Amino acid sequence: MKALIKILNELHPEVNFEAETALVDGGILDSLDIVTLITEINQEYDVSIPAQEITPENFNSVGAIMRLIKKIDEA
Amino acid sequence: MLFTSYEFLLFAGMLLVLYYTLPKKTQWMLLTLASYIFYDLSGPGYLIFILITTTSAYLTALFIDRNTETEVRFLEANRDKLTKDQRKKYREGQKKRRFFVLIAGLVVGFGLLAVMKYTAFAVTNINFVLHKFGAEGLNIPNILLPLGISFYTFQTMGYLIDVYRGTVRAERNPAKLALFVSFFPQLIQGPISRFGDLHGQLISGHDFDSKNLVRGLWRMLWGYFKKLVIADRILVAVNELIDKPAEYRGVYVVLLILFYSIQIYADFTGGIDITIGLAEALGIRLAENFNRPFSSKSTKEYWRRWHITMGTWFTDYVFYPLSVSRPMQRLSKFCRRKLGNSLGKRIPVYLASIITWFLTGLWHGAGWNFIVWGLLNCLVILVSQELQPLYDGFHKAAPRLTASRGYSAFMAARTFWLMGAIRILDCYRNVPLTFRMFGSIFTTPNWGELAGVATGALGLGIHDYVVVLSGCLLVWAVSRLNGKKDIRERLRGRPVASFAAFSLLFLSVVVFGAYGFGYDAKQFIYNQF
Repeated sequence: MKALIKILNELHPEVNFEAETALVDGGILDSLDIVTLITEINQEYDVSIPAQEITPENFNSVGAIMRLIKKIDEA
Repeated sequence: MLFTSYEFLLFAGMLLVLYYTLPKKTQWMLLTLASYIFYDLSGPGYLIFILITTTSAYLTALFIDRNTETEVRFLEANRDKLTKDQRKKYREGQKKRRFFVLIAGLVVGFGLLAVMKYTAFAVTNINFVLHKFGAEGLNIPNILLPLGISFYTFQTMGYLIDVYRGTVRAERNPAKLALFVSFFPQLIQGPISRFGDLHGQLISGHDFDSKNLVRGLWRMLWGYFKKLVIADRILVAVNELIDKPAEYRGVYVVLLILFYSIQIYADFTGGIDITIGLAEALGIRLAENFNRPFSSKSTKEYWRRWHITMGTWFTDYVFYPLSVSRPMQRLSKFCRRKLGNSLGKRIPVYLASIITWFLTGLWHGAGWNFIVWGLLNCLVILVSQELQPLYDGFHKAAPRLTASRGYSAFMAARTFWLMGAIRILDCYRNVPLTFRMFGSIFTTPNWGELAGVATGALGLGIHDYVVVLSGCLLVWAVSRLNGKKDIRERLRGRPVASFAAFSLLFLSVVVFGAYGFGYDAKQFIYNQF
């Protein structure tokens, strides 16, 4: 989780990611941010997030992103 | 059949009556029949193309869906017999089969679009190269582009990808799929709907609800107001400015940026209002395509608010798959190793953006002006992205200024003019000419000629400008009010006020709409795409 927050903070240092639950719906992360984030996650967690998993529900909060990483890792 | 024709109003009126007299179970059949009649009346021979796209999509989706079912059944039946590796291998094999079928379906759909829309453009470019080498050129084919083919092809291909991804199931009834592809209110200019959002509504049937009917008619009338009172009136001046570039330079190009922005906004949002309104009257909710785009404070924000369904289509089905694809991720790793982390991680994302915007431009039309338009939008977005730390620094250094209304208004005005300036590529349809004309703003000191514009120099008199300006102010006020609470909801339960407002708007369309000598209700701009 710490590594993910570090990646997110590099994208948007002004956001409190631990508390935020509408990262996509609230317009904090746009499509460029999401793709940059996925590239970083793929590197950091050695997973490969497919395009069909890029939905607001999967990227709205740190918890949701961690759940997605876990799901893909276990598949 | 144009939305602005009397035939369309008669057609829509008759359909509404019939629709609500039929049992709910059979309403979808009427909609399918009506959609095919509408499309057939829109142009000769169009039906064959939509039938090819529908049939191909039907078969492709059915194969993918059945293959997925077979896979699940097989794995279930052999749960104890197969090792983990064998299961994985079997799954991968089936996925590969589905992928190839998907590609075949996409090739048919996009291939048909490409042949119809881009053949002449491709031949023109080939001829350009051939002439350079002194060779004779090929004959440029004269292909009539079926109306709305870009819209229904994208909607249908989105459906195929969704079936492949497993987010929706394939439709088993070809006539029901035909309705999703051809639903007539949105057939020729969108919005580009998603199967998961729309199909169930089309099939389920709807009880008559006076609230839906009234809301729908309101929305349609509002669309006609924008189209006939604003867009088609300012169109005369826009055409005059475009047709005589040698005459109208300098300040006239500034006027063109302004007038064309007004025209395309009123035209496109007006058409979408008619579409969404008619669907609403039928009890069907379509996706919104606009969200006050001219209030955007950046290009990125503008593209989240303008032609939303097209933007999200490209994001979901082109930009994301491209960005997270294996080759792009490999490129990312390579760039990081060779160029460092900061630059390395940008390159794949930016490359995917460039490809996506190139295709977005190409979707709009077969011409270099559209491609350059797309790439310029991309350039502005990427430069803004790079300058973001600078903006953030400025926001930190001057928090009161950047939080003020004046600064927001400045940002919105800047975005409006920037987007408008790029948009004139759509007007002149000639890249070098557009750049020359834009340059003339700074080299032709003719601001004094503005006075002549009001006295009819561009084919419009002072009364026309008053009508357009009043219309724009009304649109702005309504959009502000709608932002807080839908104006139709405000009028609910107030029959006198509602009736008076509806009558006044109707009268405005009748009295101030652009008809009669010198005018002709024009085709919607986005019908051509």
